[in-house]
Amino acid sequence: MNVEAVKKWMILFTEKVNQNKAYLSELDRAIGDGDHGMNMARGTTEVMAALEAKNPATVADVFKLTGMTLVSKVGGASGPLYGSAFISMAKEAGTTDSLLAILQAGLNGIEKRGQAVPGEKTMIDTWQPVIKALAAGNLSEQTIADAVAHTKEIKATKGRASYLGERSIGHLDPGAVSSGYLFETMLEAGVTND
Amino acid sequence: MKKIINQPEEVVNDMLEGFVYAHSDLIERIPETGVIIRKQETPHKVALISGGGSGHEPAHAGFVGAGMLSAAVCGPVFTSPTPDQILEAIQKADNGAGVFMVIKNYSGDVMNFDMAKELAEMEDIAVDFIIVDDDIAVEDSTYTAGKRGVAGTVFVHKILGAAAENGASLTEIKALAEKIVPNIKTLGVALSGATAPEVGKPGFTLAEDEIEFGVGIHGEPGYRREKIAPSKALAQEIVSKLKEAFQFKPDEHYGLLVNGLGSTPLMEQYIFTNDVGSLLAAEGLNVDFKKVGDFMTSIDMAGLSLTLIRLEENKWLDYLNVPTKTIAW
Ligand SMILES: Nc1ncnc2c1ncn2[C@@H]1O[C@H](COP(=O)(O)OP(=O)(O)OP(=O)(O)O)[C@@H](O)[C@H]1O
Ligand SMILES: [Mg+2]
Repeated sequence: MNVEAVKKWMILFTEKVNQNKAYLSELDRAIGDGDHGMNMARGTTEVMAALEAKNPATVADVFKLTGMTLVSKVGGASGPLYGSAFISMAKEAGTTDSLLAILQAGLNGIEKRGQAVPGEKTMIDTWQPVIKALAAGNLSEQTIADAVAHTKEIKATKGRASYLGERSIGHLDPGAVSSGYLFETMLEAGVTND
Repeated sequence: MKKIINQPEEVVNDMLEGFVYAHSDLIERIPETGVIIRKQETPHKVALISGGGSGHEPAHAGFVGAGMLSAAVCGPVFTSPTPDQILEAIQKADNGAGVFMVIKNYSGDVMNFDMAKELAEMEDIAVDFIIVDDDIAVEDSTYTAGKRGVAGTVFVHKILGAAAENGASLTEIKALAEKIVPNIKTLGVALSGATAPEVGKPGFTLAEDEIEFGVGIHGEPGYRREKIAPSKALAQEIVSKLKEAFQFKPDEHYGLLVNGLGSTPLMEQYIFTNDVGSLLAAEGLNVDFKKVGDFMTSIDMAGLSLTLIRLEENKWLDYLNVPTKTIAW
């Protein structure tokens, strides 16, 4: 895995989150507390600044700096969740070059931190199908979009949206949408399995 | 949006600066952080800390001081503070007897405080915690993130704070916390939504003549909307739900907290308190402790909440009654 491509990935992700900041917050206003866009925009912008200031040399270091920055700048639920994902990815990237193994480690980090499983209407419902498609060798923008869209049909049982019960059905999960941006920009940046 | 602020992104910072300016005898701010810490800490006692998103003032910084919290970690508006900030509070507040964290039950708060605990333990600081989930508007089931933490959290600060001041150990405080939290229950009613400064519009809207029972302190949806009714009827609805949750028995002892959500005048809070008092008397309950005012607000939400604590032990009442040196108790 190429460190420049990974940096490019983080830049594109930041841009995408910032472009869609209002949309993410609007999604969160429907089933949460309306801060997801603000939380993610604040966090990714700080990641950019940190990457520029420290210019990490390895893929593991890029992920580590990203994770630590997200943990300390995002807050909310998504801060520790994305933060744990990137910190776990950094650990994995220290021993392997396999994107599949690295993303799987990231998902494990999210699951460990938030105690959620697939099907609870969270970001996990983007991560899990993406990893499955990557393993099967058919990850595309379409698989990502389908995974994100599917969260509309799920009833939330974790996070703030769970307070709505049945009424959470029919709305996209904001964290699943921001994770969709993460994987779309991964493809755009050309970060692949070798 | 009409608010007395400067830049919306700076509201928490500006507020904390004002807070420290006004109360420099009692508290200070750890520079560059959202941590408010008490000036004179009692030596060798367990440090009690709490925190969460801002917008609930005076919670939690208003309860920092002798007899209550050692420090409060103030996050962005309605958003949990981050683990590094919580860690700062833990490090600075620790007197060697360990740190006890009072956490309101929200996924964000629970995860951030949990990460901070892991970081503190790597530095050999003993940390334990309790999760407060007093809001009975939400059902406690495996299908939700569980009941939310609301105004009853202030009772937890008070009782544990008094115990810590009295020299209780970390283990004793944990045991006490586990006993009191199941005996604290809250239910609220909202007349209007809260407007977070960075959002600029209310989190939800109610018609001119509409109210909603069970709304959360971040504007989370409640369990029923209906037409506004007299205070007596609102008290009736809320007390009957609490009655069901506690299974009131005559002669039991309780404490009550009527809490304004931000825009409800004290006049209305006292009218409601009076109605609650009559209903509790009719149930044959002894109400040994009463508190009325704004303790856990939701920015400018109009409405109020009623918290009851069943006083299973006399000691709890003593802890509630001990004077404190804080801004807002
Ligand atoms: N336990 C969990 N596991 C995985 N993802 C979760 C969990 N809880 C919440 N999420 C994700 O987090 C997203 C919400 O993030 P957001 O930044 O809005 O935090 P928040 O819940 O509002 O936090 P806070 O309560 O502190 O404001 C949800 O859309 C969901 O995808
Ligand atoms: Mg949110």
